[in-house]
Order: sequence, then C-alpha cells, then structure tokens
Amino acid sequence: MAEPLFKVSGLKVALPDMTRKPLVGRAPLVEILKGLDFELPRRSVTGIVGESGSGKSTLGRALVRLIEPSAGSVSFDGRDITHLPDVELRPLRRNLQMIFQDPMSSLNPRRTIGAIIAAPLKQNGLGDNIGARVAEALKRVGLPEHFAKRYRHELSGGQRQRVGIARALALSPDFVLADEIVSGLDVSTQAQILTLLEKLADEMGLTVAFISHDLSVIRRLCRQVIVMRNGEIVEQGPTDALFADPKHAYTRDLIAAIPLPEIDGDWLKAG
Amino acid sequence: MADARALPRRRFDARLVLAGGWLLVALLAAIFAPLIAPQDPLAQDLLFERLPPFWMQGAEPGFWLGTDSLGRDLLSRIIYGGRVAFIVAFAAAFAACIVGSTLGLIAGYFGGWADRIISRIVDIWMAFPPVLFAILLVAVFGTGLSSVIIAIAVIDWTRFCRVIRAEAMGQSRMDYVENARIAGFGRFRIMLSEVLPNVLPSIVALLSLEMGIAVIVEAILSFVNLSISTDDPTWGGIIAEGRLSIHQAWWVLVFPLITLFLTVLSFSQFGEGLKARFDPVLR
Amino acid sequence: MTACLDISNLSATLSNGQRVLRSVSLSVEPGEVRALVGESGAGKSMIGKAVLGVLPPSVKIVEGSIRLEGADLGALSAKERRRVIGAKTALIPQDPLTALNPSRRVGPQMTDRLVHILGWAADRADKRVRQLLDEVHIREPDRVMRAYPHELSGGMRQRVLIAAAFAAEPRLIVADEPTTALDVTVQKQILRLIAQLQKEHGTAILFVTHDLGVVAKISQKVTVLYAGKVVEEADTAALFADPQHAYTRALMAATPKYTDPLASLMPVDEAVLAGLAAEIAIADHDWRPSLDRKSGHG
Repeated sequence: MAEPLFKVSGLKVALPDMTRKPLVGRAPLVEILKGLDFELPRRSVTGIVGESGSGKSTLGRALVRLIEPSAGSVSFDGRDITHLPDVELRPLRRNLQMIFQDPMSSLNPRRTIGAIIAAPLKQNGLGDNIGARVAEALKRVGLPEHFAKRYRHELSGGQRQRVGIARALALSPDFVLADEIVSGLDVSTQAQILTLLEKLADEMGLTVAFISHDLSVIRRLCRQVIVMRNGEIVEQGPTDALFADPKHAYTRDLIAAIPLPEIDGDWLKAG
Repeated sequence: MADARALPRRRFDARLVLAGGWLLVALLAAIFAPLIAPQDPLAQDLLFERLPPFWMQGAEPGFWLGTDSLGRDLLSRIIYGGRVAFIVAFAAAFAACIVGSTLGLIAGYFGGWADRIISRIVDIWMAFPPVLFAILLVAVFGTGLSSVIIAIAVIDWTRFCRVIRAEAMGQSRMDYVENARIAGFGRFRIMLSEVLPNVLPSIVALLSLEMGIAVIVEAILSFVNLSISTDDPTWGGIIAEGRLSIHQAWWVLVFPLITLFLTVLSFSQFGEGLKARFDPVLR
Repeated sequence: MTACLDISNLSATLSNGQRVLRSVSLSVEPGEVRALVGESGAGKSMIGKAVLGVLPPSVKIVEGSIRLEGADLGALSAKERRRVIGAKTALIPQDPLTALNPSRRVGPQMTDRLVHILGWAADRADKRVRQLLDEVHIREPDRVMRAYPHELSGGMRQRVLIAAAFAAEPRLIVADEPTTALDVTVQKQILRLIAQLQKEHGTAILFVTHDLGVVAKISQKVTVLYAGKVVEEADTAALFADPQHAYTRALMAATPKYTDPLASLMPVDEAVLAGLAAEIAIADHDWRPSLDRKSGHG
C-alpha cells in the first residue's frame, strides 16, 4: 500500500465570527473544524458528505490551503503544508487544484475561456505552445476548440462546469478538490459531469476529494467516505462497507432521508 | 428560461451619443478657442456694453450671445471659460480617481488592517464640509489653477474610495479570485488582473461623474472668487458677474449657466452610458 | 365533481414570440397532490406562477384557460381575478429566506394575508396562526412570532411558511420547489409535514419539483414537462412502475440512487433529446394561437 497523498491529524480551523464582533477589539473565534484525523489515499476518490454547517467546505479549503489551519497538521505528499507561507506554497499549487460549486462565480466574466484556462498554465511555466495546450484541455472535457474564444455568459451551465474541470486538470495535478460541483445542475447535466469526472480521475490517476451533500452521488463515485457533522468526523470508511452497515446513527439518518425515486408508502412515516 | 445570451445588444445609445456629442463639441471649442472665438474674450469696449443676443433688438453682428457690462463678447468668454473647466475636470477627476481607486481597491481586496485604516481615514475625511474645506485649501495654497485642482482631488478621492472598496469587496468573494490563488498567483497580481478589470466600469462611470462635479466645484470657487485670476474667463466667474447685472443683461447669467448645466449633465450621462457599454457581461 | 385546478391548452410566449408553454393541459382534483416535474427551462415554475397570477410581465398567455374551482381566471376582471386567487390559493415558496421580509417580525407577516386580504379580525387571525404553528410542531409560538426571519433556522422558516400557507384554508396550494434549499434530513421533515397537513386539511397541492425522488414520495399524480410541453402524465405509482416516454425513462436513469449505483447517473441519450426536439418542432409548426382570448391576462 502506497503512502497516502494527504495525511491530516488533529486538524482544527477557527474563524472570526463577525456577527459577534464587539465594537472595539477582535471578533471572537468560532471553531469550524474541531480536530479531524483522516488520510486521503492516492489515486482514489474520497467523498466528504455533510449537511450545511458541517464544515465540509471549510475542510476542503484547508486541504488546498486557501485557509490556514489553527491547529493540527496537514501533510501533502510527505510534506507538511499546515503553515507554509503563500510564497512557498506557490510551487505546490499546480498539484493542489480545485473545481468550484458555482462555475458562474469561478469564471472571470471579462476573460475568454481560453485565457481562463491558459492563466494557470503560464503561471506554472507551461506557457509554450499555449494554444495547443488549451485546445487539449478543452478536448479532454468534451468541448470544441473554438470555445476558447467564448466568454462565460455564452455557455450553458454544464459547459461552464466542464470549463471549470478543464482548468483544474490542465496542470495535470496530483490532487483535485471538487466542492459541490453539480449542486446547481439538472440531473441530466449532473450525470454527464460526474461521469466525465469519474473517467478523467481514472485516466489521469487523480486523487480527488469530492465534497457533496448527496450520498447517492457519493455512493456511485467514491471509494471511501468521510461523514461530517458540526465540524467533526462522525464516521469514515470504504463506501461499500459504510452503506452496507452504517455504524453511526447520524449516517443512518442521512441515508434514510434520501428520497429514492421509487414508490414507498412508508418512507414519509418512518424515521 | 429567458436566455440572456439571446438578447441583442443595442447598437445606438442615444444617451451616449448626445452626451458624448456635447462634450466633444465643448472640448474642441475649448482646445481651439483662439481659432474659433469670434472676439478676444478680454477685449473691453464700453461702446458695446450689454449688447443683447443676436435675435434681439439692438444686437451687433459678431457678438452672437451679446456682451457683458464691460462690453466683452459673451460667447468668446464662455468658449475660453471652457478651457479652465476642462483642464480642471480632467486633472482633478483623474487625480481623485487614481488616489481614491487605488486605496479603495486595496481596502476592498486585502481587507483586514489595510481596510480598517483606509476606511477610518475616509470616514474622518468625509466629516469635513467639502466646500469650506476647498476654500480653506485654496486659502492655504493660494489661488490658481493648480490649487483648484489639488483642492478638488483632495476632497473627492473619498467618493472613489468608498464605491471601489465596496465593489472590490464583492469581487474578492468570487470563486475566480480564489482560483487564481490556487493557480499560484500572488495577491497583488490577483488584485490587478482579476479584481481591477471587473471594477473598471464603475471606475469609468465615477470618473466621468467626477469630471462633472469638478466643473461645478470649480464654478463655485470662481463664483466666490477663489479660483484663478479674475482676468481669465471662467464659467463660475462669468456667472458671478452676470448675477450683478441680471436685470439689465440676463443673458450674461443664463448662457454660462446653460453651458455649465449641459456639460455637467453630459458628464454624468456619458459615464453611465459608458459603463453599460463597457460591460461585456450581460447580467 | 369540478376539478380544483383545471388548466387547459395553455400556451404562453415571451415578448419576442418565443413559446415557453406549449398547449399545457393538466388538472388537480380536490385533496390531491399533483407533482409537476422537469429540468430547468421546462416551464414548471411558470405554470405555478400563471395559476397564482404572478407571471413576469415579459410572459404573455396567448391561448388556453386556467380554472380555479370552475372560475375561468381569463374571463374575470383583474380585480376579480386577484380576489379569487387570493381566496382560493396559497404559495409555499422555494427560498424560505427571501420569502420573508427580513426587517419585519414573523408573526405579523403570517397574519397579514388573513387580516388585510381576507378581512379577519386581528385576534382571530392570531389564534389561527398559533393553531397552525402548533400543527407544524412549533412549540414556542410566541418566540417564533416575535422573531425576525434571520433568527430562525432554514427548516424553521420553511415551517413558518407552510403554516402561513395553510392558515387561510386555501383550496389549492402551489408548492414551488419547497425543499430544494434544505438539507436532506430537514427536507424529509418538511415533506412529511406538508403531506400531513395536506391530508388533514384536504388541500389540493400543485407540487413543483425537479427531483423524481420527491415526486415519488409526495404525489399521487404526476406531470412530466420538457421545454414547456407535457411529455407524460400518469398516476405516480404507474409512472414509476412503467414510464411510457423515453425522456421520463432517461430522467429516471440519470437520477442517482444509492441502492443501485451502477444503474444510476446515466447521461441522457442524444437520441432522446433529438426526439424531444422533433416533437417540439412538430408541435410548433402546426400551432397558431387561437384568437378568441382576451389579451392582457397574466
């Protein structure tokens, strides 16, 4: 068994609560993550599931170090990145990529799709032959080459999210964080995007942290799951085992609350 | 359902064309004042004092809008007065814009201490009554074109700072700003390449609006005789003189007022029109 | 028996002439829940808005009729129409936060309609709202009614809105994606609550949703929409047992199922979409709006 890509221990994140900031002085800190221990194995998709306020998005942002943890340690590929300053993080960035929930917000409206995909490539020293690299990235996600000239508002929701994926994968990163990437999409588009991600993760040997509120999607896509609630890990393990025999009552509740598309007269009454 | 992409863009924007047209005419007139002004704006001729505009009884050819109480040609004075107005408008507005937008961008994007310090300064700054502040500044620096420009810039940078700060703050919360960090860009570079282009339409609109405001402030300062030397015609100065002879020669007051009004209105409308046009995003 | 809601042959267009509803017919019997399901752009919310008389000004009804308990809304004067809609219907909205005015207390917002539209006395309205808050299992009605919306959780706000919707005993409730903004565990509680109140009060519900799972759990009848056109209509049980239209089958296959991961999340086949496009082209080709309708409705 190879070393896991991420090793996280005792991870805590506390952020200032601006709603309770006194007139003078600092805002009180709220602990969003309360000491998490887990590992992300290489070349596999790990689901992080939880309801709103569970801290799953904060956890994701701590992994790609958009947020600095307040305690504990995060080690990436054997290197401690918990408190690395921005400047030292920069060379690692190409291996820590992210796909965002809302492609409307994650694509700069004033740039062409081509420029959006090219920027991280150039920044990371892959600026030669940039047109071909951008075309390659677009092709990978099933978009035609001429989309490079378009703007965000000229694309449909599904196409925008494909661009988000193309941008994140253009650098051939080791790790990709996917934060609720299908929550704004229709089911048919959602299915396309997820099968695309599934295929690319497999082909490129990516390690993916897949944040979602939808256990059905995680069941299909992820090899292991981390269930979160109120900033803590409630349960984690291989997906098959977790669904076959959920240990924690909260996990059972979460599974039971999913409305399956099949007739079941007792579902509303139970639980 | 309604597809924004299908909306056709308007080709002809009457507001933009009319406002821009007036500004262009006024600007060209000011630049080429020596070539097109029918008379010397300073030449006094007591024989020709208080001549009425061309369509009235007793008008003289060559004095289209009449003369003032010293017999100076009103049209020529308004055209020359435009020079001061436009110099002040461009210089003061750009100075206020550069200072205010830079600080606003920094405060809005970086937040934290930078924001707290800049915002406090703005709050304190805005507590001074602006015209009194300007008069005070001119009194300190002495009268003259550069004092007027400095005074307006010093007062009005806060307008840019507040608006741009709020806009930059909104932009900074966008995921593409976060993604630029993931791509490995530095914070300062992100501010310039991701945030600035998206607040630029607002800066342009504000800049144009500020030019109009600068014209007014300059006119007010001229009106109270705190602008440049009284020899050079300024719109505010002409209005101040016209006020004294309103019963004998109303035109000396009315024509520069109309010019001032149209120019200020055009600046603000031109800015709004540009903002709408500048924006490639059909929101 | 007169249907509670009867929509017949309803077509609507945008100001540029583009059709957004294509001869939609559907009815909701008294006391029944009909789900209206489709993806974005299917026109499902548009139908709800048409029933409530709150279509955006850019959308014009050009053909067909909407009857509430037999009353043809298109034949009424604007004022009459508002009165009929106000007396017979209510809305459970999608976003419980924006549906409540953030600067007013919750209590007055709940009694507003009873007092100002239906002309109830203030104490009667107050009593009624408290009774409904009890029915949605809110144990501290005083605290909730005095609270501002932001002081309540998302689930709590949605309960308040459900209570408000049922308070006036409407004949028909339009529920517009009422659980989409909620967490799954809260969604289940809210669905249960809607089903329970619906049964007790005998209210008919037009339940707009994009989620086939929710359809299966809450409705007795279902209408599947695509691009403003009814694709399939059936008893809910029959639809899930034996979907007739290829698009319905494709939607079911695309919906994730944790019980059967490999048979779910199937992208919709291009051939299905091409078939739909052809159906719509044919429908639009033969379509001329009938001109017997008074303009300006909606």
